[in-house]
Amino acid sequence: MSWKTLPVFTFLVLVALLATACGGGPTAAPAATQAPPADTSGGAGDTSPIVETVIVTVQVPAPAGTPQVQIQVAQAPGFGETLAAVQSRGNLICGVNGQLPGFSFLDPEGNYSGFDVDFCRALAAAIFGDPSKVEFRPTTTQERFTVLQTGEIDVLARNTTWTVVRDTELGLNFAATTFYDGQGIMVTADSGFTSLEDLEGGTICVQKGTTTELNLADAMSTAGVTYTPAVFDDVNATYGAYAEGRCDAATSDKSQLVSVAKGLLPDPDNHVVMDLTLSKEPLGPVVRHGDDQWFDIVKWVIFATFAGEEYGISTENAEEILNTTENPEFRRLLGVEGDLGLKLGLTNDFAFNVLNSVGNYGEIYERNLGEGTPTFIPRGLNSLYTEGGLLYSPPFR
Amino acid sequence: MAEEIAAPRQILPPPAERYTWLGWIQKNLFSTWYNSLLTFITLGLAYALLKPFLTWLLEQANWEVVEVNFRLLMVGQYPPDEIWRIWLLLYLLAAVVGLSWGVWVRGRLALALGLLLAPLLLALLPIATPSARLNLVAMDLVAVAASRMGRLGGPSLRRFAAWSWVIYLVLVILVVRGFALTPEVMPRVPTNLWGGLLLTCLLTVVGIVFSFPLGILLALGRRSSLPAIRAVSVVYIEVIRGVPLVTILFMAAVMVPFFLPSGITIDRVLRAMVGITLFSAAYLAENVRGGLQAVPHGQFEAASALGLSGFKTMTRIILPQALRIVIPVLMGQFIALFKDTTLVVTIGLLELLGIARAVLAQPQYVSYQREVYLFVAAIFWVISYLMSYISQRLESVLGVGER
Amino acid sequence: MQITRPSRSGRSTPFWRDERYLALLGQAVFLAILVLLLGYLARNMLANMRQQGLGLGFDFLKLTSGFDIGEHLIPYDRSSTFQQALLVGLLNTALVSILGIFFATLLGLIFGVARLSTNFLVQLLARGYIEFLRNIPLLVLLIFLYTAVFIKFPRVREAVMLPGPVMLTNRGIAIPWAIPTEAFSIFARFLGIGLLLALLVYLALKIYERRAGRPARALLWACLIFIMITVAGWLLAPAQPLALDPPRVEGLRLAGGRQMSPEFMALLVGLAIYTSAFIADVVRAGIQSVSRGQVEASRSLGLNTLKTLRLIVLPQALRVIIPPLTSQYLNLIKNSSLAVVIGYPELFHVSGTILNQSGRAVEMIAVVMAIYLSISLLTSAFMNWYNRRVRLVER
Repeated sequence: MSWKTLPVFTFLVLVALLATACGGGPTAAPAATQAPPADTSGGAGDTSPIVETVIVTVQVPAPAGTPQVQIQVAQAPGFGETLAAVQSRGNLICGVNGQLPGFSFLDPEGNYSGFDVDFCRALAAAIFGDPSKVEFRPTTTQERFTVLQTGEIDVLARNTTWTVVRDTELGLNFAATTFYDGQGIMVTADSGFTSLEDLEGGTICVQKGTTTELNLADAMSTAGVTYTPAVFDDVNATYGAYAEGRCDAATSDKSQLVSVAKGLLPDPDNHVVMDLTLSKEPLGPVVRHGDDQWFDIVKWVIFATFAGEEYGISTENAEEILNTTENPEFRRLLGVEGDLGLKLGLTNDFAFNVLNSVGNYGEIYERNLGEGTPTFIPRGLNSLYTEGGLLYSPPFR
Repeated sequence: MAEEIAAPRQILPPPAERYTWLGWIQKNLFSTWYNSLLTFITLGLAYALLKPFLTWLLEQANWEVVEVNFRLLMVGQYPPDEIWRIWLLLYLLAAVVGLSWGVWVRGRLALALGLLLAPLLLALLPIATPSARLNLVAMDLVAVAASRMGRLGGPSLRRFAAWSWVIYLVLVILVVRGFALTPEVMPRVPTNLWGGLLLTCLLTVVGIVFSFPLGILLALGRRSSLPAIRAVSVVYIEVIRGVPLVTILFMAAVMVPFFLPSGITIDRVLRAMVGITLFSAAYLAENVRGGLQAVPHGQFEAASALGLSGFKTMTRIILPQALRIVIPVLMGQFIALFKDTTLVVTIGLLELLGIARAVLAQPQYVSYQREVYLFVAAIFWVISYLMSYISQRLESVLGVGER
Repeated sequence: MQITRPSRSGRSTPFWRDERYLALLGQAVFLAILVLLLGYLARNMLANMRQQGLGLGFDFLKLTSGFDIGEHLIPYDRSSTFQQALLVGLLNTALVSILGIFFATLLGLIFGVARLSTNFLVQLLARGYIEFLRNIPLLVLLIFLYTAVFIKFPRVREAVMLPGPVMLTNRGIAIPWAIPTEAFSIFARFLGIGLLLALLVYLALKIYERRAGRPARALLWACLIFIMITVAGWLLAPAQPLALDPPRVEGLRLAGGRQMSPEFMALLVGLAIYTSAFIADVVRAGIQSVSRGQVEASRSLGLNTLKTLRLIVLPQALRVIIPPLTSQYLNLIKNSSLAVVIGYPELFHVSGTILNQSGRAVEMIAVVMAIYLSISLLTSAFMNWYNRRVRLVER
């Protein structure tokens, strides 16, 4: 054999090696999703029949509130895939921001904490009964949707705004709004700026690839104010530049501005959020299209935290209420009565696990954004509907 | 063998020129009017640049941020209970380096002492904990012992020393990842906890180990007379060399999951490694091709005349010569690879630079960019410089490029 | 199909041992596997995208972008299309690359020559410069320059005026710039005529030079003529054709002069000095490749150091320098994509924004890679052409 054919054969060997490497990928990589071998789905390899089934089933959507949805009903092929993958993997992979104090933040000891993080833990508690079975994957704004679309993460809890384009074209489902927010503008207290017009000719720091960036352009062109955007890749770069005076103002969701001002900037008292709102920003966990069961799970875990606050069930009294309560609504929520959990593909006590280990919405809020914390944000719209807010859980029935 | 045969007559160096120090200054700094002018300009420039830097370094710089976050910068979120594995690997590294030194280099006392001094200097740093100091000193002892062993074993250990490197590189990955014998012993450390300098080094090592064979294959493919293979190699090399590494990394991070069947995902550190490897292989291929071209054609003919098969001609005759020629270029390529690993911050991995940026997000250290980035730059500088210095010395020791 | 080695024994070899067939077969299998692999990947991608309900196509580039870009060389606002946004990014890449190449070459030449200086201090400084920059990652340098140098400049209200006047602030650096007045159109005509005349003179002298075989200093004369006509035009114009526009602070921003944002400056300075260290080494190697005899010969002809360098050493060194120089230029262009980390809106940065706002990951990556690839191929084609020219002149 001539040496010239050497590369051919070595390449073949290499291809074979690569193939085995890829095949070994899921087992080799601890963070990888394990494809459930025996599943309702068409299996990992054949993808083309999936498409056709999707089209069929999309026409018969089950209304979210109807509890009679039966698991045996012919479902889209993705149905149940995510939960099965999560359960066989043994932990939930949750995409978070990772740079926002109060929402998701990595402390020097290497632990994540925050509002978004707690919803991930609540989800883990609902699935495994153990809030610690969750792996946090910090995501950049650029990759956040792609990693969700491609199944690298199971759920994205990363202050993401619910919009039409994202809900449709990007193939995402917004489970529920956990935080009602609006876009604001932060300036230094000594600047004396109070309106958009004051920023004429100024520079505004904004994060790349966000709805914020678009809203800013809209608002400024409507107000007829000329400005220069300084666009950065991540939270740290954006507010780092703002803190150094590279920009006259920084814009983002008001919650983020407060979180950053209080948690990241060296002189927290020298920054004010202007008294104007550029847009509506409903933020909440996101899942991908194609697995309605998973969508339902995330949705109802969030609603369970709302309901928990409404009924006054918290980490402190959950166990006691579970044992003593006669209230049918409480009993259904906590899984003493009925089998709401089973219908979701979980255990009946999923809501109990959430409320007992992570807590209800009010607790999660107080823990991360409440008055005692450095990142205090008044609850405002994020109060129960009974207290003038927008949080309203559909009935657990 | 060649050295023994061609032991040349000793060529005496020309007599050293001797100057008084004043004479030296006159010769080297003020030989002509414009040289004097240049000297003054340089002095002025150096003063203008160094003075503010030194005043900052000595008076204003506050290294507390580095001290507090030292572990984070070195190993990221790697579990503290498992850090002994890193030490183990460092010990092994010291042993392998010592052994190789004893087998191949010997002598070169100054250089050896310099290498041994490095851990000792690290141990003297105020940041080091007592146990770290102990470990660093012990590492030196291991290295010395290993080099003694290598010396005693001499050339008979050559094969062993070469293989020990290969085994070591495989061990690095295994030990860092853990192989989960039992849940308690060597548990898996998920890649999302790998970070800091550790991740930088891992990315480099993997990039070097895997891009090397791939690069050689591509170089051979480009020189192949089979048009299909040549075309594929050329297209691969030119496309990869034509685009920035960030786009390849971005593709590896964002696009690869699209290419895999649904349900299968590859770990993202692994994906970054694949991206770096594929990128580096294209550059390596061009370097190796240069070496292949430099091997005189007579070598092919001679091998052919001896009746060697094509495969044997390549592996026994041509490649060893070609690779020997390009060792300096390859070392340069590896250093570039080491520096290029910083680009993984664009896909959100927390290697040394990424961790540095994360550290700077801690509210109490927001405005310590100078300290943190200078520290990071210093680490990169020292390691790259060491790599290039050692490669230069080894070239001269091994007589690369001379024959 | 190229056949490597004719089979000597003709028919007697069965085809499965015939190297020609083996080679053919090997290639066919190789290509088949490659095509299958690529097809498999493509199929997966399409299936995955369809499952998510994502489309594939480039029509979205004509949609309204909806975002603003801080620095643009062509008119652009939120109602422009994605396509225009991409063009803005491309032009910004081109701007920083061209300027970066210019300064990197200049600095590289200086430090490359200084590295070989007989003056010990100069040599030391050059060595320190080169060794320092070569051994740190560009990204660290860029981030350092941005966050620890350019953004730490004084705030707008405390702007520092350097003589020039050059204004230093953390909003950017502004240098005085000339703006055309209404008399500029007349002056522009003079410029055009001057250029034309200079070109004609240059060509005429070149032809004369070739015929007469004597150096005619064509370039010198052409330049002189151009300068003369320009000066005449300046004086003859009814008013000053160009007005000096010094930088100043106006409200929240810098106004007047030519302003360069800190992101741009950090990127430009970072790229220029980083690449210059590599170019310096290339230049040094080129100079060292010129045999010592050449220098000695030229010195004995009575040429001074500068003339020896300019007339003897550099032209010969150029042949060695150009191929590695090309790859350094290409590296610089490709490295400009690192600006994504410091926020200068070049091609990669803008494409990232587009990707995010449109959600078209596959298409955007393809577009960006295609653009960088074409830039690289064009640049290397140009440098190859130049390299051939230099060779022809030499030999």
